[in-house]
Amino acid sequence: MRRQRLVIIGNGMAPGRMLEHLFASAPEAFEVTIFDAEPRVNYDRIMLSPVLSGEKTFDDIVIHDDAWYAAHGVTLHRGERVVQIDRTAKTVTSDGGITVGYDKLVIATGSTPFIIPVPGHDLPGVLAYRDLDDVEKMQAAAKAGGRAVVIGGGLLGLEAAAGLKAQGMDVSVLHLMPSLLERQLDPAAGYLLQKELEGRGIEVRCGANTRAIHGDGKVEMVELDDGTRIDAALVVMAVGIRPNTALAAEAGLQVGRGIVTDASLRTSDPDIYAVGECTEVDGRVYGLVAPLYQMAKVAAAHLAGTGAEGFAHAETPTKLKVTGINLYSVGDFGDGPDREDIVLRDAARGTYRRVILKDNTVIGAVLYGDVADGMWYNELLKSGEDVSDIRDTLIFGQALQGGAAADPLAAVANLADDAEICGCNGICKGAIVNAITDKGLTSLAEVRAHTKASASCGTCSGLVEGVIALTLGDDFEQAAEGMCGCTDLGHGEVRRLIKSKGLKSIPAVMQELEWKTSGGCAKCRPALNYYLLSDWPGEYVDDQQSRFINERVHANIQKDGTYSVVPRMWGGMTSSDELRAIADVVDKFAIPDVKVTGGQRIDLLGVKKEDLPGVWADLNKAGMVSGHAYSKGLRTVKTCVGSTWCRFGTQDSTGLGIRLEKFLWGSWTPAKLKLAVTGCPRNCAEATCKDIGVICVESGYQIVCGGAAGLHIQGTSELGTVATEEEVIEVIAALTQMYREQGFYLERIYKWADRVGYDTVRAAILEDRDSRRAYFDRFVFSQSFVQTDPWSERVSGVDKHEFNPLAVFGTETMEAAE
Amino acid sequence: MNAPLSPEALDWRLIGTLDDIPQQGARCVKNGAMTIAVFRTADDRVFALEDRCPHKNGPLSQGIVHDGCVTCPLHNWVISLETGAAQGADDGQTARFPTRVEGRDVFLKLIPSV
Ligand code: SRM
Ligand SMILES: Cc1cc2nc3c(=O)[nH]c(=O)nc-3n(C[C@H](O)[C@H](O)[C@H](O)COP(=O)(O)OP(=O)(O)OC[C@H]3O[C@@H](n4cnc5c(N)ncnc54)[C@H](O)[C@@H]3O)c2cc1C
Ligand code: SF4
Ligand code: FES
Repeated sequence: MRRQRLVIIGNGMAPGRMLEHLFASAPEAFEVTIFDAEPRVNYDRIMLSPVLSGEKTFDDIVIHDDAWYAAHGVTLHRGERVVQIDRTAKTVTSDGGITVGYDKLVIATGSTPFIIPVPGHDLPGVLAYRDLDDVEKMQAAAKAGGRAVVIGGGLLGLEAAAGLKAQGMDVSVLHLMPSLLERQLDPAAGYLLQKELEGRGIEVRCGANTRAIHGDGKVEMVELDDGTRIDAALVVMAVGIRPNTALAAEAGLQVGRGIVTDASLRTSDPDIYAVGECTEVDGRVYGLVAPLYQMAKVAAAHLAGTGAEGFAHAETPTKLKVTGINLYSVGDFGDGPDREDIVLRDAARGTYRRVILKDNTVIGAVLYGDVADGMWYNELLKSGEDVSDIRDTLIFGQALQGGAAADPLAAVANLADDAEICGCNGICKGAIVNAITDKGLTSLAEVRAHTKASASCGTCSGLVEGVIALTLGDDFEQAAEGMCGCTDLGHGEVRRLIKSKGLKSIPAVMQELEWKTSGGCAKCRPALNYYLLSDWPGEYVDDQQSRFINERVHANIQKDGTYSVVPRMWGGMTSSDELRAIADVVDKFAIPDVKVTGGQRIDLLGVKKEDLPGVWADLNKAGMVSGHAYSKGLRTVKTCVGSTWCRFGTQDSTGLGIRLEKFLWGSWTPAKLKLAVTGCPRNCAEATCKDIGVICVESGYQIVCGGAAGLHIQGTSELGTVATEEEVIEVIAALTQMYREQGFYLERIYKWADRVGYDTVRAAILEDRDSRRAYFDRFVFSQSFVQTDPWSERVSGVDKHEFNPLAVFGTETMEAAE
Repeated sequence: MNAPLSPEALDWRLIGTLDDIPQQGARCVKNGAMTIAVFRTADDRVFALEDRCPHKNGPLSQGIVHDGCVTCPLHNWVISLETGAAQGADDGQTARFPTRVEGRDVFLKLIPSV
């Protein structure tokens, strides 16, 4: 039978989740078409604030990428706003003139931010805070600098304020009510929050009513009722939302505060459902994802015909997603004769908590500062259990019930299996534990991928990690995501933040990203040094003291503290002059060992450190330069004799190898980079186990990448075939640059490629010529700063101190050594 | 006039100035057969250890200096500059030498502290 046609209006978080449930339970049932006024795929709206502050990129918060829509055969009309629903013809029509028929229709139009109609509200520079466009406009304004005035001191307003501050603007928050977040917090907690924000340089004015916004062609000033005038380069209104019901109303559906539905999310027309913020169930509308995801689940079940369950109201805890501010509130905490309050204040630690009881059950809780117990109170609230016998210790939190030690893990350990860990996605502790044990998960990222826990607003990440740690015990250590003991941030986050925050020195990174140690360690410092070097070519000054000795002295330290010297032999070619010079150096400095390396060149082993400059000087004279056998950078380009001599050779593999090595040498990469060019598929140069390889064939050059022949063995994957040597060089330089910009320190290219996916690499480097060119140009630019032979530099005196003792004492005499 | 120097005083040698040693780096002082590594921390404190790692005699002067420790270049043992003791799970001890900074002059005592 023909698939039913399911049409969805709006592509926000609610319908996105609904489709996931639907495709899971009834993959074949529907042929899906989505209209979305926003010109993009479905993304995690909740995470716009980290994007605003620069802590995340848009790509990080995409929920369904193009591949997902393709995989499920979903037609997505981006930037098409539906303007009419014809219920008799059962069609919808968009402003772009697209008309589509439906068997079932889902309205998920969300809500629109409310704009206070004060004079000047329509001036350019007055924004709402709802979608990516708003964020991009705010970031643009922030670049210009000046003061941003945020009208509205609710969750959204405060996140906007913190984000704009992070983007470098002066920020004032205007709030009508006498205290911040009055819907979530009581005045006492609101006061603590205000102090914290002011401490961060955000000006807060409560009881401030906006009279007008002034400006000539664009926002310039905000005027308050009391006549106060505040300069403003940007005004953000975050004063509330209105469910989008107009479309439904025009179609004659029953509409109240939202589009009215029954518990199965069916509107007054049985073929039309509504989910998300635009929906009113049982007299209530919602503005948080947890209940919307609940709606999504119920609606999907009914569409699939598998669902009997109905939507039921539940209290949703709210948290403020501003880095460094912890605040949690749930339930009802207005005063009332029949209620009792238990309050705990710790001014010194700036924490506050309040639990509200009614007939010996918890009906609400407010926590500020230390919020670890929030979920436990939420459990008590949901279960409605009688708390009279723990009443005296209730306020001290769960850890102190039954005298358990007050450490966060203990708190998680004490949680029941059905205790909800992730509020947004309604994932309980038991579900996470099972996923970990059944699927053998070891990292937060994996748990997030498999269970969705902490995948939305992310504030429960700490708890999820707690559960992982408890379940895995010590195994979690090696799964821990931080770069090293000095920070909890992973390499990826650090790289992103270096860019987004424009951090250009190691101290700046450690300060801004709140390193836990004063000076970093031998793990993170070389990594940071590399990231800064590759992100700010020509600007960042290489920090020698953050380099491993081999890269500091441009030779490889050996077990006895002597060094090995490996001069470049371009493409493995050498000459009688070079060999003679090497022989002379060996004799002159009595170098114990000479060896042919696995990289087609010669290694001089056992050189004394103080002899290094002398050795290099002589090699330089014969035209030889450092082979960087020590660097996280270009090592060798192995070649075979190719068409010059070999009867099977199809191209000049030796010549191409030399060109490549001369083009790439000197570049720093996340881990060492080794290439090979082989003259035919017989592969004598072992191109198919190199980081990047070229296999010459009659028709041109096959480019392969991601081989490994060290600790781990694996063959390369093919990227594509090109016709000329010039293209080979452009592709390989671009590929190297992409790896330089995205790789984690010490991550070989094969690990990086597995991580980002070969399709992504092919798309960026072979298919999209513009992006290839952009990578290529950036590579060439950074090369212009590094292609000087480190050996000749040192021969001419650079880092002299590295090679001479500070002082020499015989038994008696001291002579200065420099 | 010059009061004869006590042998105690003779063991103290001026080895150079603070500026001769890179911050978070080290320089070597040769004393007969022995090499002494003189370290300068980020906050300009100066320490001296024999230039031999307790693990397999790695030259500590070549390691990365961080938080009052040096990480050995050969197998990454972490040695405390203050005590000369290997940190963490590793177990071993390197000889320490007293140092003194006067103005920017750095003095080293050639007799190990016990
Ligand atoms: C000299 C040489 C062995 C030889 O006598 O032939 C060598 C010597 C060392 N290799 Fe290698 N590798 C040498 C070719 C290779 C090869 C073969 C090749 O390059 O075609 C491989 C396998 C391919 C690869 O790169 O994976 C190789 C895989 C390794 C690995 C494992 C890397 C991995 O990710 O699996 C290490 C350890 C590491 O890098 O962490 C390593 C580390 C080392 C170090 C640098 C150990 C160290 O940190 O001191 C050795 C330094 C000796 C020295 O001072 O020169 N060497 N090493 C070769 C120098 C090549 C050159 O001319 O630059
Ligand atoms: C900055 C920010 C932070 C937030 N933080 C949190 C948080 O921490 N926790 C939490 O629980 N919630 C948070 N929220 C609220 C949460 O994002 C929303 O509740 C949720 O996204 C609503 O989902 P929805 O699918 O109902 O509507 P939306 O996600 O708003 O999607 C509606 C979509 O429909 C489109 N549309 C509207 N009309 C039409 C039409 N006629 N034709 C076609 N398309 C149309 C719109 O363009 C929009 O893309 C936050 C919201 C914002 C803006
Ligand atoms: S294989 Fe490489 S790392 Fe191992 S001993 Fe030989 S040279 Fe050293
Ligand atoms: S010699 Fe120092 S760690 Fe091995």
